[in-house]
Amino acid sequence: MKKLLAILLAVVMVFALAACGGGEDNNDKDTLKVGFIFLHDENSTYDLNFINAAKAACEEMGVEMVQKVNIPESSLCYETAADLAEDGCDIIFADSFGHESYIIQAAKEYPDVQFCHATGTMAHTEGLDNFNNAFASIYEGRYLAGIAAGMKLNEMIEAGDFKAEEAKIGYVGAYTYAEVISGYTSFYLGAKSVCPTVTMEVQFTGSWYDEGAEKEAATKLINNGCKLISQHADSMGAPTACENAGVPNVSYNGSTIDACPNTFIVSSRIDWTPYMKHMIQCVKDGKDIEADWCKGFSEGSVALTAINDKVAAEGTAEAIEAAKAELLDGTRHVFDTATFTVKGEKLDSYMADVDTDANYTADTEVIKDGYFHESEFRSAPYFDLQIDGITLLNSKF
Amino acid sequence: MSKLTKSANEPLFHIVKRDALPAWLAWAIRIGSIVAALIVCALVTVVLTGENPIEVYATMIDGAIGSNRRIWGLFQNVAMLLCISLAVTPAFKMRFWNIGAEGQALIGGLATAACMILFGDKLPQPVLLIVMFATSIIAGAIWGFIPAFFKAKWNTNETLFTLMMNYIAIQLVSFFTYKYSVPKGSGQLGVINRATEAGWLPQLGGHNYLLNIVIVLGVTVFMYVYLKYSKHGYEISVVGESENTARYIGINVKKVIMRTMLLSGAICGLTGLLLVSGTDHTLTRDTIEGRGFTAIMVSWLGKFNPVHMILTSFLLVFLQKGAIEISTDFGLNNSFSDIITGIIIFFIIGSEFFINYTVKFRESKKGVNA
Repeated sequence: MKKLLAILLAVVMVFALAACGGGEDNNDKDTLKVGFIFLHDENSTYDLNFINAAKAACEEMGVEMVQKVNIPESSLCYETAADLAEDGCDIIFADSFGHESYIIQAAKEYPDVQFCHATGTMAHTEGLDNFNNAFASIYEGRYLAGIAAGMKLNEMIEAGDFKAEEAKIGYVGAYTYAEVISGYTSFYLGAKSVCPTVTMEVQFTGSWYDEGAEKEAATKLINNGCKLISQHADSMGAPTACENAGVPNVSYNGSTIDACPNTFIVSSRIDWTPYMKHMIQCVKDGKDIEADWCKGFSEGSVALTAINDKVAAEGTAEAIEAAKAELLDGTRHVFDTATFTVKGEKLDSYMADVDTDANYTADTEVIKDGYFHESEFRSAPYFDLQIDGITLLNSKF
Repeated sequence: MSKLTKSANEPLFHIVKRDALPAWLAWAIRIGSIVAALIVCALVTVVLTGENPIEVYATMIDGAIGSNRRIWGLFQNVAMLLCISLAVTPAFKMRFWNIGAEGQALIGGLATAACMILFGDKLPQPVLLIVMFATSIIAGAIWGFIPAFFKAKWNTNETLFTLMMNYIAIQLVSFFTYKYSVPKGSGQLGVINRATEAGWLPQLGGHNYLLNIVIVLGVTVFMYVYLKYSKHGYEISVVGESENTARYIGINVKKVIMRTMLLSGAICGLTGLLLVSGTDHTLTRDTIEGRGFTAIMVSWLGKFNPVHMILTSFLLVFLQKGAIEISTDFGLNNSFSDIITGIIIFFIIGSEFFINYTVKFRESKKGVNA
């Protein structure tokens, strides 16, 4: 019996002590508190990009950071956002597309807290003062990365590796979603601007992160005769397949030079730090956060990694700089209708599905002044045209 | 111990089944094991992270019950885990290894979501809800029945069969979430009927999850009575103990297997409905979040007793919620909280072992052979 009593007392003690520890409160209300909701943790390149930006922004702005990782796209996201709001967060940021509806639900319940959501599409139709979307004009980054790809193809053609008509790019995509379509089309148009004979094949995986499927897709494209590979998916699958096969690769989300020193050319990525600093600064100053924020090179939101000179063609850096300058001063547009055709026709008009609805209603005219106005009517991409020169190998996804 | 001399055949210790322990002693062992687990976790915490273990435990408790919202979230999660655990219980009691609860629930969720999308603007709310309940329960029941039918007719391996059915369910969900995705091509359904809330389970008393919890309580009572007092429940126990005995006393074993899996699948389907229509209002491949597998642990730890299972599911959800808070507050990787949860569960399972068995060391007397 004594033993039992001792055990019981020990239990009571553990819990009593535990209860004492819980009483601390952070009453330091001078510093802002920013809550972050991440779909996965730092093991995913997609989330790592956000986590690094969040840390950098919070440190620089001197605010407190609270992070919740591995939050699925379910009601748990709403619960987490509401919990962060009750915990005293002034701004709450969520990083995954599927979080959006749940963040809106929380935003309606906590009007005094600002909610920011990356990659979403509903801020401009929802009309809430405290719900904001953010993206970046990554299609411009991809266009420049495409130039690097086109230069590399030219170099291989000149070296006699294959004929100009055989210049074919392989692209591994996640879904036939506008963000992906906008991505591979801008990449293709960048390549085409320097290598006019180029064509492209796209293979979809039906998942944002599936290392095996991405590797398999890249290998299939290489076997199909693709001379260069790029991807829009979050794992190392495609870059690894390229390194194994010795096929040049243009990457995404960040440099893969460490794992692929012999095939990596360059990578485009979104840097979220400027946006996060923007949202913190706005709340500090008591101003409204831009409801649909989409910035590019000049704000540092879109960035290219360092070019791998060992693989890239000579003069790549100069060509990219020249094109970038033209994009910035408005003399060049990524989706210039003079540079592409759809079913053999040049486009003068296109109604895009900008306002998200279940019937995919085409609601907004997006071609004006001779180019497709991407990311102007909302921050998330809506370019979903199937242009000539690009073949989709499996459009089921 | 030092007096021992090695004898050739007898091992140093062997394990013997105990007689039934008095209840207080069994509980003392259980509580003791939790205390031991907490101490080991404290040591691991200090060694691996250098954090104060008491603070870590405080954070854990705060994470699970630190606010009204967290308490509601806790009970909602307990209810969902309990519901799917109740579903697998009759199957396991019958020694039918149903590891397909995940898929059975997912198919129920798919049926629910399909009704919400297809009939959301065509049927009045009460009719829609009835249709949703019916289809999700039938879908889950069919998903459970298929492996049972094959087992009964051709004695196929139900472990593999139910497991494979999970993958089929997951791929079906992938297919349909792509087909109906909003916005187009994104592979996500988004919140279904966000504007009209058609097919959403109604709130009870202003609380999001109260209706879910009440329904699961109802299922708990039903399952308790079914297993303990009904003829079916008795047949399940007999089949579980020995199929031959069951056959000898005239129980139609095949019928019992198929009937029980229909029930098991049906309750899984109901869990899917509660998650899709009563909780998330959307469907993804991960809607069930692995509960179909955790349920197996809940069911076994609770010894197939629905009332005990309330406690075991509470314990598991409590640990999980607490663990998430630890990783947030201390900036530790989620894996660390999984380690803590793992240690605690290991000790709990260990305590059940020591309640049922005892370790006998080799006796020092020579010439006593086992």
